[in-house]
Amino acid sequence: MKGKFFVDDSGPPLGHMILALGAYLGGFDGNFVWSRIGAEFPCGVSVWTLRLLPALGGALCVPLVYLLTVELGFSHLSALGAALLLLLENSLIVQSRFMLLEALLIFFMLLAFFSYLRFHNSPSRSWSRFCWLLLSGVSCSAAVGVKYMGLSSYLLLLGLASVHSWRQMGNRAVGHVSGAQSVLCLLVVPVLLYVFWFYVHLSILQHSGPHDQLMSSAFQASLQGGLSRITKGQPLEVAYGSQVTLRSSASQPLPCWLHSHKANYPIRYEDGRGSSHQQQVTCYPFKDVNNWWIIKDPGRQELVVDTPPRPVRHGDVIQLVHGMTSRLLNSHDVAAPMSPQAQEVSGYIDFNVSMAAQNLWRVDIYNREAESEVWKTIRSEVRLVHVNTSAVLKLSGVALPDWAFHQLEVVAEKLQKGHGSSLAWTVEEHRYGTSQEQKEREAELHSPTHINVDRKISFWSKFIELQWKMLTVKQEESEHKYSSSPLEWVTMETNIAYWLHASTNAQIHLIGNPVSWGVANLSLLAYQLLAMVYMLRRRRGFKDLPDEVWQRFVCLGFVCVGGWMMNFLPFLLMDRTLFLYHYLPALCYLHLLSPALLEHVHTHLTLRRGLGLCASAVLVSIFLSYWYLCPLTYGCPELSANQLLALKWRDSWDILYRRR
Amino acid sequence: MAKEECVSLWHNARETSSVRNRKVSPSAEQTHQSVTAPVSKNKQGDQTPSSNGSPADLSARTRADSPNILLLILVTGLSFATRLYKITDPPHVCWDETHFGKMGSYYINRTFFFDVHPPLGKMLIALAGYMTGYDGTFPFVKPGDKYEHHNYWGMRGFCAVLGSFLPVFAFLIVQELSRSQNAAVIAATLLLFDTGCITISQYILLDPILMFFIMVAVLSMVKFNQQSCRPFTASWWLWLMLCGAALAGALGVKFVGLFVILLVGLNTVGDLWGVLGDLSLSLMDVAKHFLARVVGLILLPLLLYGTIFAVHFVLLNKSGPGDGFFSSAFQSRLIGNNLYNASMPEYLAYGSVITVKNLRIAGGYLHSHWHLYPEGVGAKQQQVTAYLHKDYNNMWLVRKPGNETPSETPDLVRHGDLIRLEHKETTRNLHSHLHQAPLTKKHFQVTGYGVNGMGDANDLWKVEVCGGRKGDLVKVLRSKVRFLHKATGCVLYSSGKTLPKWGWEQVEVTCSPYLKETPSSQWNIEDHINPRLPNISISLLKPNFLEILLESHIVMIRGNSGLKPKDNEMNSKPWHWPINYQGLRFSGVNETENRIYLLGNPVVWWINLASLGLYLIMVAVASVAIQRGIPLQQKRMEHSDVLRGGGGLLFLGWLLHYIPFYVMGRVLYYHHYFPAMLFSTMLTGVTLDILLRSADLLLCQPYSDWLQKGGQMGLLFTVLYSFHLFHPLSYGMTGPLAHQPGSAMAGLKWMDSWEF
Repeated sequence: MKGKFFVDDSGPPLGHMILALGAYLGGFDGNFVWSRIGAEFPCGVSVWTLRLLPALGGALCVPLVYLLTVELGFSHLSALGAALLLLLENSLIVQSRFMLLEALLIFFMLLAFFSYLRFHNSPSRSWSRFCWLLLSGVSCSAAVGVKYMGLSSYLLLLGLASVHSWRQMGNRAVGHVSGAQSVLCLLVVPVLLYVFWFYVHLSILQHSGPHDQLMSSAFQASLQGGLSRITKGQPLEVAYGSQVTLRSSASQPLPCWLHSHKANYPIRYEDGRGSSHQQQVTCYPFKDVNNWWIIKDPGRQELVVDTPPRPVRHGDVIQLVHGMTSRLLNSHDVAAPMSPQAQEVSGYIDFNVSMAAQNLWRVDIYNREAESEVWKTIRSEVRLVHVNTSAVLKLSGVALPDWAFHQLEVVAEKLQKGHGSSLAWTVEEHRYGTSQEQKEREAELHSPTHINVDRKISFWSKFIELQWKMLTVKQEESEHKYSSSPLEWVTMETNIAYWLHASTNAQIHLIGNPVSWGVANLSLLAYQLLAMVYMLRRRRGFKDLPDEVWQRFVCLGFVCVGGWMMNFLPFLLMDRTLFLYHYLPALCYLHLLSPALLEHVHTHLTLRRGLGLCASAVLVSIFLSYWYLCPLTYGCPELSANQLLALKWRDSWDILYRRR
Repeated sequence: MAKEECVSLWHNARETSSVRNRKVSPSAEQTHQSVTAPVSKNKQGDQTPSSNGSPADLSARTRADSPNILLLILVTGLSFATRLYKITDPPHVCWDETHFGKMGSYYINRTFFFDVHPPLGKMLIALAGYMTGYDGTFPFVKPGDKYEHHNYWGMRGFCAVLGSFLPVFAFLIVQELSRSQNAAVIAATLLLFDTGCITISQYILLDPILMFFIMVAVLSMVKFNQQSCRPFTASWWLWLMLCGAALAGALGVKFVGLFVILLVGLNTVGDLWGVLGDLSLSLMDVAKHFLARVVGLILLPLLLYGTIFAVHFVLLNKSGPGDGFFSSAFQSRLIGNNLYNASMPEYLAYGSVITVKNLRIAGGYLHSHWHLYPEGVGAKQQQVTAYLHKDYNNMWLVRKPGNETPSETPDLVRHGDLIRLEHKETTRNLHSHLHQAPLTKKHFQVTGYGVNGMGDANDLWKVEVCGGRKGDLVKVLRSKVRFLHKATGCVLYSSGKTLPKWGWEQVEVTCSPYLKETPSSQWNIEDHINPRLPNISISLLKPNFLEILLESHIVMIRGNSGLKPKDNEMNSKPWHWPINYQGLRFSGVNETENRIYLLGNPVVWWINLASLGLYLIMVAVASVAIQRGIPLQQKRMEHSDVLRGGGGLLFLGWLLHYIPFYVMGRVLYYHHYFPAMLFSTMLTGVTLDILLRSADLLLCQPYSDWLQKGGQMGLLFTVLYSFHLFHPLSYGMTGPLAHQPGSAMAGLKWMDSWEF
C-alpha cells in the first residue's frame, strides 16, 4: 500500500494488489496499522472500498456458476439450483465480505473453467472463440496469482485441455494451428502474466519494509531506504586492508554479523569441558562497532589499502583482524562451547601461551560462476575455509549462555557436505581502511560509511529470489485456536470466529450451511457410485446412456469431482496450519455437481416420482438453515446467550457468548 | 575374465532373438527377416501360420521364449561370485548391522523388543544365524565393534545369497517383458556390476531380503500375465500364489513392501478390466477370475502376514527392551515382566507409588523430570510429558488434598475423590492452569508445581472410573481412570504429539476442556507399590491375537512417523538419489581402516538416469505417431508395444517406489532408493535395447547392424571398466582418502559430495 516491501508465504502478489487497488480508489492513505483483529477503523478510512472488490468477486461467482452449469450441458433449472446453492452458502458470504482472498480465487477459477468450456463448445473457428481461450488463460494466471491453491485448478484445466487436444490429434483433418493456439493461450500467456504480476509488484514496492531481512543483501540494497541507505557508494571489490562487516546468510529470520568483543571463553563450561580461554567470537544480531573486521595479507603487517587496491580473489589466503581489539580470527582443535562436534572459533593474539596461532583462512567464493572470481561486496557469497584443518566457518545458530551475553555461536565445522547457506557469509558494509594506527582506526570505524554509487540487480534475479523465498519460507509450526485438520472440513467439525462485538453478543463466524454441505457430500458419493456402475456396465457392453449424454456425464465428473479432489487432497499432505476457509474452493465444485447430478438422475434414471418434491424440500431446508445462521453471518441482529446456545448445532463448534 | 565368453554369447543372443518376437503374423515375419537377419532361415515354428493360443503354437513359443540356459547360468554364477567375494570383510559391525544383528540376537534369545519394521526380515536373519551356529551372545553395541570368535558369516551370507538372485530375476523379468535377450543381458549386466547393489547385499541388512521379495513378486506377476491365455491351469495358479506369497514377504520385511503391493494391485485391476471387457466370457467366468485373485493376492498374503506375526509373538516370550511401548495387557504375556503373573495391591490406595499409563495405543507413561518448560511456552514450570520407556521418573505418589493423617491401614481411593499426584523424584505436584499447552493450543498446559508436595489449589484432580459410580474403588490395571482438574474442569490428556528438543522428544501431555471419553484421556494404573497392603495375584484378561496384531501395527506406524530428522545428522533428500549425489559410509573413517562406502557405480546410475529421460521421449514419440495414425512398420509397432506395455509396467514400478518418498516426513537415507533403482535398471535394459534395434532408422542395412552390435559392446565394456575402477568401494579401500594424493581412488572422486 505504502509501497513498502513485504513477503507473504501464502501466495503471489496479485491478490494483495487487487485489494490495494480497491483501497487506492477509495482514497485510503495506507496509514492504518493492521495490528490486531477487532481494532476499529478510524473514521477517515472508507472500509467499504477496501472490501468492495472481494465482495464483488464473491457476488459474481453466483451468476458464473449459473453460466458454467449451462456450459457443462445441463438445463437452466439445474443452473438455477447451483446458483442458489452458492447464494445460500453462509461460509462463502462471510468469506467474501472481508478483505480476504478466497472469493477472488474462486471467482477466477470459475471464470477460467467457464471460458474454457465456452471455447470448447463454440463450433466455429472465429475470433470470439480465440478470445474465450485467451480469457481462460488470463484468468488461470490470475487465479494462480491470487493464491498458490489456484495452481491445482490450473492443472486440472490443463488436464482437460490436453485430453481434448489428444482426441483432436487423432483427427487428421485438424491442423497444427489449433494445437499451437491452445499451447499459446494456456501455457505461455499464463506464465508471462504471472511474471508480469511480479514485475508490477516489485516496481510498486520500492521501499524497504518489514520483511527486508528475509532477503539477501543484494536484494535489500535495491530497495529504497533500509540497507541501501548504508551501502550506497561503498567500494565494490574487497581488497587487502578493507574494513568489512560479515553477515551470515543463514541467520533467518534475524540477520546477524560476525562479532567479537573483549570477553574470553570461560576456562571451564558448565558441563566440565575446557575451552581455550581465548577471546569470544560470536554472531550478533545488531549493528555494532565490534562487527568490523579488517582483511589482512598474512605476509604483510600493514592494515591499509594500497593504491591501487589489491582485490582479494577466490582461493586467496587471508587473515581477519578484529577492528576494535586487533585479535586475529582463529580456530583450533578445541570443542566449541555449544556444539562439541565442531571446532571453537576465537580471537587470537600472541601472548606466548602454549597454543599456536592457526589464523589463516582461505577465501572460497561460492557463487563465483554467477558473479566473479573477485570478492565483491554484497554480491559474493564467501565461505571461509580454515587452512590448517580445512574446517569451514559456520553459524551454528545456538544461543550462547550468559557469559557471552546470549549471542549466537559461531563454529568451524569439518563437514562441508552440501552447500548449506549456513556456511556462507557476505560482506555487507565495506570501506577501504586508511589509518595504520590503532587509535585512528577505531575512530574511523565509528564513523559512518558513505560514498555515492548506485547499484541495481536485474528484475529476473529479484524475481527468482523472491519466488524461491515465497516457496521456502516456512511458517513456524504452530497450532492456532481455530485451525483444523482437512478431514474435519468435510463434515464441518470446526468454525472460525472472525469478529465479536466489543460489548454485546453480536458476532461473525465462518460457518457453512450444514444442509448444503450434506447435500454436497451426498452428491459426491452418489456420483462416484453411479460412475462406477455405468463404467462396469459399459465394459460389459450395456450402453445405458447415449454417447453424447455419457460424454457430458464424464465431463461433469472431470470438472467437479476432479476439481474437488485437486483442491482438497493436497491439503492432506501439507504440514502447515490449515483453516476451514481452505476448503471453500473445493466446496464450490461440489455445489456445481449436486444440481447437475440431480438433473441427470431425473432424466436418465426411472426415479422420477417424488424427485422434484425432494429437491424442493431440500432447497427449502437449505434456505431455512441459511436463515437461522444469518445472525452469525452478518453479525446482526444480536442474539441472546440462549439463542446462541440453540444455534450450537454441533458440540465442536466454538460459538462465543458472554456470561452475564 | 568372462569377457570373451560373454561376447560370444551376445552373438548367440542376437541370432536367436530375431525369432523371439512372438505376436508376429507370418507375412510380417518374412519381411522382418528379409530386412534384418540373414541368419534366421533355420529356425523353427514361426513360418507356419498360427492363431493366438493354439496348443501347438504355445509349445513352440515356450520353447522359443525360454531363456538361454547358458546365459542364465553365467549371470547366476557371476552374481554369486560378486556378492560372496570377501563376504566376511570387514570383520566388524558395519552401519545398520548394529540394529538388525542385534534384533537377530533378540530372536535367538527370545527377548521382546520393538522395531519400526515388521518382523520377517529379522526372523530370517536370526534363522540363518541360528542354523550356522551363531549363539546370540554378541552384543552389537555400535558400528566398528570386532566380531572376534562369533559366527557372523552365516547371517551375512544369507543376505548375500538373497541379494545374488536380484540380477537373475532382473534377467528373467526383462526377458519376459521385452522378448529380447539383449535387453535382459543389458539389465542383468548393469545390476551385476553395480557397486551399490553389491555393497547393500553383503551385510546384515533388511534391504537384500526386501528386494528379493519385491523381485519375486514382480517376476511372478509378469509370468502370471503371460499365462493369461490359459487360465486356471496349474502353472497359472502357481504363479498367482507365488506372487501373493512374495507380497506377504515383502510387506513382512519392511512397509516399503506396500509399494510393490500397489504395483501388483494396479496391474491386477488392469488385468481384470480386460477380463471384464472380454464379452466372450460369461459373468460367471468373470466372477471366477475375480475370486481367484482375491484368494491369491489378498487372502493368502493376509494369512501369511498374520502367520509371520504369530510366529514373532510366539518366539518372543521374554520381557525385553521393547515392553514399555505396549499396553499393560500386552506386557502381561511376557515372561520376566513385572506384570507377568502380577501380584500387587488390588485397589488404589493413598500413599501408594504408582505408574500411570495412557490407554491410547503407544500412549506412554505419565512422566516428569528436572527440566522446565522453556521461555514463552506457558508458565515456566516443570515439564510433564508422556514417555514410552520404563523409567524411574514415571513414579507418582497418590496423596490426599491436605496433610495426611497417618493411619494403620491406608485409605482406598474412590470414584469422585480429590487427590494430588506427587512426582516421586522431584516432589512436584501434577498441576494445570489456564495457559495454552505447548503444541495443542486448544488445551491447557500441565506442569509440575510446588515443593515437597506443597502446591496450590490447582494441584487437585478428581478421580473418575469410567463407567463407575460415586464411591466405587479403583482397580489397579483393570479400571480405566480419568483425572479431572478441579479448578478448570478439564481432563488429563495425552495428545500424541512429539515435543521439540526442549522436551526431549517425549509426548505432550495436556489438559483438555473437551470431556468426551477417548482413550487419549483415559489412563490405567500399571505399577502399584504399597508395602502396607497385601499383594494379590491379579490375572489380566490376555488380549487375543488380533488385538495384539492391531496394537503392534499402530505402535510401529507411530514409531515410523516419529523418526524425524535430527539436526546434526546428515539428511538425504530424494532428489539426491537418482543422480547418485551422496552415498553412505558403511565402515571406516580414517586412512588406516578398511573403508566401505555404499555408492552406486556412477556410470551405471547415470546410464539409468539418462535412459529414464530417453524412455519418456521414445514413448511420447511412439504414442503421438500412433494417435496421429501414421502408418508404421510391423517391427516398429512391436517396439512401441513393448515400450508401452512392459516398459510402462517397469516405469510405474519405478514411480511407485520413488515418488512417495517426496511426501514422507520421516528421515530418509540413500539406500531407500535401491528398490526403485532395480526397476529403473530393468527399464534401462528395455529402452536401450529398443533404441539400438531402431538403429536402422538412421543408417541403412549393414551399417545399422554394426552400429547395434557396436553399441552393445561399448555398453558392456563401459560398465565392466567402470566396475574395475570403482570396485574398491564395495570390497574395501585402505590407504589415504580419495582427495589426498597417493590414494588408490585418486581421480575417481567425480563429485565433491562423495566421501571416500
